[in-house]
Amino acid sequence: MSVKQSLLAILQVGPCHGYQLKGEFERRTGSTWPLNAGQIYNTLDRLERDGLVEREPDEDDQQMRYFITSTGRQEVAGWLGSPVLRASTVRDELAIKLAIAVTLPHVDIARVIQVQRSATLGTLQDLTRTKAATDDPETSDELAGLLVIDSLIFSAEAEIRWLDHSETRLARASAAGLAGPLPINREPARRGRPARATTTVDEARS
Amino acid sequence: MSSDILLQLDGVAQHYGRGQTAVTALSGVDLTVRAGELVAVMGASGSGKSTLLTIAGGLSTPTSGEVIIEGSWLSTMTPKAIAALRRKTLGFVFQDFNLIPALTAVENVSLPLELDGRKRSRARSAALDALGTVELADRASHFPDDLSGGQQQRVAIARAIVGTRRIILADEPTGALDSITGEVVLRMLRRRVDAGAGGILVTHDARHAAWADRIVFLRDGRIVDESGSRSVDGLLGARP
Repeated sequence: MSVKQSLLAILQVGPCHGYQLKGEFERRTGSTWPLNAGQIYNTLDRLERDGLVEREPDEDDQQMRYFITSTGRQEVAGWLGSPVLRASTVRDELAIKLAIAVTLPHVDIARVIQVQRSATLGTLQDLTRTKAATDDPETSDELAGLLVIDSLIFSAEAEIRWLDHSETRLARASAAGLAGPLPINREPARRGRPARATTTVDEARS
Repeated sequence: MSSDILLQLDGVAQHYGRGQTAVTALSGVDLTVRAGELVAVMGASGSGKSTLLTIAGGLSTPTSGEVIIEGSWLSTMTPKAIAALRRKTLGFVFQDFNLIPALTAVENVSLPLELDGRKRSRARSAALDALGTVELADRASHFPDDLSGGQQQRVAIARAIVGTRRIILADEPTGALDSITGEVVLRMLRRRVDAGAGGILVTHDARHAAWADRIVFLRDGRIVDESGSRSVDGLLGARP
């Protein structure tokens, strides 16, 4: 999550106390990802260390206020102008589970897919109910919240479509008698060459 | 609670042809729709979704099983009586809107009432009420061609709930609309259901099905799974 850049971008609107930043971040993202005070101040410390923000005591000396620096503004512009690259996502966990399951003997893959699809559909329904309760957004924080819900809805939908697709793919492979369970490869690995995933017909049938 | 049931399918099967060439479109389908409940039917093309909808709406007679619409058993009724029941109780919403181009919005909505023998002025008044519930009262005298796709579909929803009609049977109602307009239509459908209607929403899109209270999966003419089954009371509690 781009907490660092988000806080910096909010500071571009105007100087804030740490607790103000927490509130601003949350109301601008539909209160979907709450932040704790520790995350806020750790992030601010790093931003200050990197010269992206500066802090000054309040007029009454009670609290620190944070200001964005010109380097900070450049960082924000760079963030907005570049794509978000996803190294890994939560969905990979599901892809791994399904990938492993398909290689195991005695696993009802159709059932694994169905259980997941039901759960994801339930999530999709919950998100849609939240959206149904939000009428036409009038303020930009309401609009921002709706964008976040939409994003979660489209992700859930994509997962369901992938599950449907996988189900059909597996059914075809199964109907063609292909891709049975994968036994442990007992061939010792040779030095200098990667082990080949070859199996004998007898092993595949066992 | 049984008085809340608007529509019931009981062991419904539909076969076409005989012997070796027989095709089973539906088999042993049980489905109940209560007032305030929207049921989504999902499935791949050819799974029997549209057949289910035409049988639920009394447009075709199943090979076996019973369809009960607001307490009336269709198997005991003449085609003429079924047509009259249909006009009084339910309306279809199709992907391509199916409005009559030569009639204005309000005339399209009042048509089922007029066909049912209601006075023109009363039918018109009920149609204006129905158009008001889909926020189109100000477009009443527009012809379909002068309305956007989303507006036409909202007219179709108004037609489906005009007068005493409480059952909406929707077949891919957002299929011809962009995603934001489609959402407005589903929101409107959801609101009509929350106000006491009941409906079946046939779709292949999970994002659309998610507007329903229950989601039923159809595969090869059979219901294979149900998701999101929660009490309607609980759902209403969750909504503001």
